[in-house]
Amino acid sequence: MTPTPRPSLWEYANPVKFMRLSDWLLPLTAWLAAAAIAVGLVWGFFLTPDDFRQGSTVKIIFLHVPSALMAINAWAMMLVASLVWLIRRHHVSALAARAAGPVGAMMTLIALFTGAIWGQPMWGTWWAWDPRLTSFLILFLFYLGYIALWSAIEDPDTAADLTAVLCIVGSVFAVLSRYAAIFWNQGLHQGASLSVAPGTRMDWAYKAPLYVSMTGFGLLFLALVLAGTRTEIRARRMKALINRERMQG
Amino acid sequence: MIALLARDLRLAMRAGGGFGLGLAFFLVLAVLVPLGVGPEGGTLAAIAPGILWIGALLACLLSLDRIFALDFEDGSLDLLATAPIPLEGVVAVKALAHWLTTGLPLVLAAPVLGILLNLPGPAYGELVVSLLIGTPALSVIGAFGAALTVGLKRGGLLMSLLVLPLYVPTLVFGAEAVSRGAQGLPVATPLLLLAGITAGSTALLPFAAALALRINLR
Amino acid sequence: MELVASDLACARGGIALLEGVSLRLTPGQALILRGPNGCGKTTLLRTLAGLQPAMAGTISCPPETVAYSGHADGLKAVLSVRENLSFWAQIHDRAGVGVAMAAMNLTELADRQAQNLSAGQKRRLGLARLMVTGRWLWLLDEPTVSLDAASVALFGAIVRTHLAQGGAAIMATHIDLGLNEAAVLDLGGFRAAPRAPDGFDEAFV
Repeated sequence: MTPTPRPSLWEYANPVKFMRLSDWLLPLTAWLAAAAIAVGLVWGFFLTPDDFRQGSTVKIIFLHVPSALMAINAWAMMLVASLVWLIRRHHVSALAARAAGPVGAMMTLIALFTGAIWGQPMWGTWWAWDPRLTSFLILFLFYLGYIALWSAIEDPDTAADLTAVLCIVGSVFAVLSRYAAIFWNQGLHQGASLSVAPGTRMDWAYKAPLYVSMTGFGLLFLALVLAGTRTEIRARRMKALINRERMQG
Repeated sequence: MIALLARDLRLAMRAGGGFGLGLAFFLVLAVLVPLGVGPEGGTLAAIAPGILWIGALLACLLSLDRIFALDFEDGSLDLLATAPIPLEGVVAVKALAHWLTTGLPLVLAAPVLGILLNLPGPAYGELVVSLLIGTPALSVIGAFGAALTVGLKRGGLLMSLLVLPLYVPTLVFGAEAVSRGAQGLPVATPLLLLAGITAGSTALLPFAAALALRINLR
Repeated sequence: MELVASDLACARGGIALLEGVSLRLTPGQALILRGPNGCGKTTLLRTLAGLQPAMAGTISCPPETVAYSGHADGLKAVLSVRENLSFWAQIHDRAGVGVAMAAMNLTELADRQAQNLSAGQKRRLGLARLMVTGRWLWLLDEPTVSLDAASVALFGAIVRTHLAQGGAAIMATHIDLGLNEAAVLDLGGFRAAPRAPDGFDEAFV
């Protein structure tokens, strides 16, 4: 009698298992994301009091903060997925990193745009070369390069390898750029909106809907990456079928 | 290793354009900027540090595709990969050759172009020192970008997109050192940070670049 | 020195080409690879040279002991014949540039730039490079392309000298070099069954 292998996370590196998992996980996360974002935004936009200094404009944080958070987390996820690909050669991991690229880039764009909309009434300008804004813009450039490298290389394994190397090197330089930007210009951006330090700067009336919205964006990111990975896997399957036909023909 | 360096330098001299083109581009930029911005001395003096650094950076970028692409096309890279010297060493030597033929001439020419751009007197020392410390990083980072895109038919534009964001820290610290010099402020901090980036890049990026080359060769 | 490759499988561009290739080569032996275009001769040679990883199987020879010669000769157009050759000699830390030039009938062309050579002369220079590597195993991919009959004979002679000195060679060629002692391996029989590397793409099919 053969012992049953211990179930492990790595099983989902098998595309069939991943597809079976995402068959039900994708709609679940998609609906949860939609619900959480709807609740978070409605609650945040309409059911919170106006800030005594910033008025109603402050409410854009319910879009701005979650998207900025996911913009950075998406890159972190790409980095982890790239390392998994380079070390363990799980194809699903490389494809998930590829799928996360455009999503992260979109999150960065949303953060930049909502920031501009917020900044206009607050600072009197759409754009300022503030360290945070600048580092987000640079992050966006890194995303562009990563996505462009993926689409420029035909062989999927070569593309996965090279983009993974770029992602690792890029991560180091993205962090360096962040500190370079701080060094370059001490900015006018307010400090982090959420803080674990005692003496909270934000009232629970704001925090609660913000957390809901952040959860929603996290789930949205997960759903989009799952959907993107499924698309990539299907594209690979198509290629495999064409190759098989060519070899048999 | 020395044979490879000698060969790359000889190629750059003979094929024309190794020394000349980057330098000419640097000069053209230093002429075009005042034509676009206006001849007013104060404005030029204020932007001169940034323009000189950006000019050096773009001049470096222009010649990056020569680092590996030519050797890839004529098969030399295959032979170098099977040669008794490690590929990491090949990358480092080729980046050094690139710096000697592109970076070093830029460093030497920069003070002359500083005069064209009305760079304030005290900043010339900082200009030369910061370029001397910073341009090796430009060559090594560029070699990494060139290694990533070496197998691609039209990789030049893509390489710019990949390499330029990686140049951000070098540019920030380099230009900052020059403008601080122009204002008579202490420049040790940006210069040390710049040196740190150069040292780190030179130590680590040849490994990443050699990995990328191996992936592209197989 | 001995090359033992067992149960090799090689892929090109993500598509498996060859599997189950086993070969064994001792000093003094030559092996000629045959097979239709696209059957994987180049891929096998690049795998043996360590330029790409094998999908499966083992190769006993480290890449540091083989000299690879591909479709491109790795010549620099603006360097002279002698400079091209002595560069590779220096890289491999060997002498013998003069001998190599004489063997491939390049001595008269020594100071001519590679860009002014004919296709056949370039090829001769590319093959002369093998002699200055000092490696015991030569991997040759279509070595006789654009060589005339006299040059093919010269090349046959240097391969025979190399074998006599305890070297070995594997070459993909369709031309008869007059190496009657060489074994022939037809790669047609090792065509891989349709499946992709490590079965990822196949997991669906």
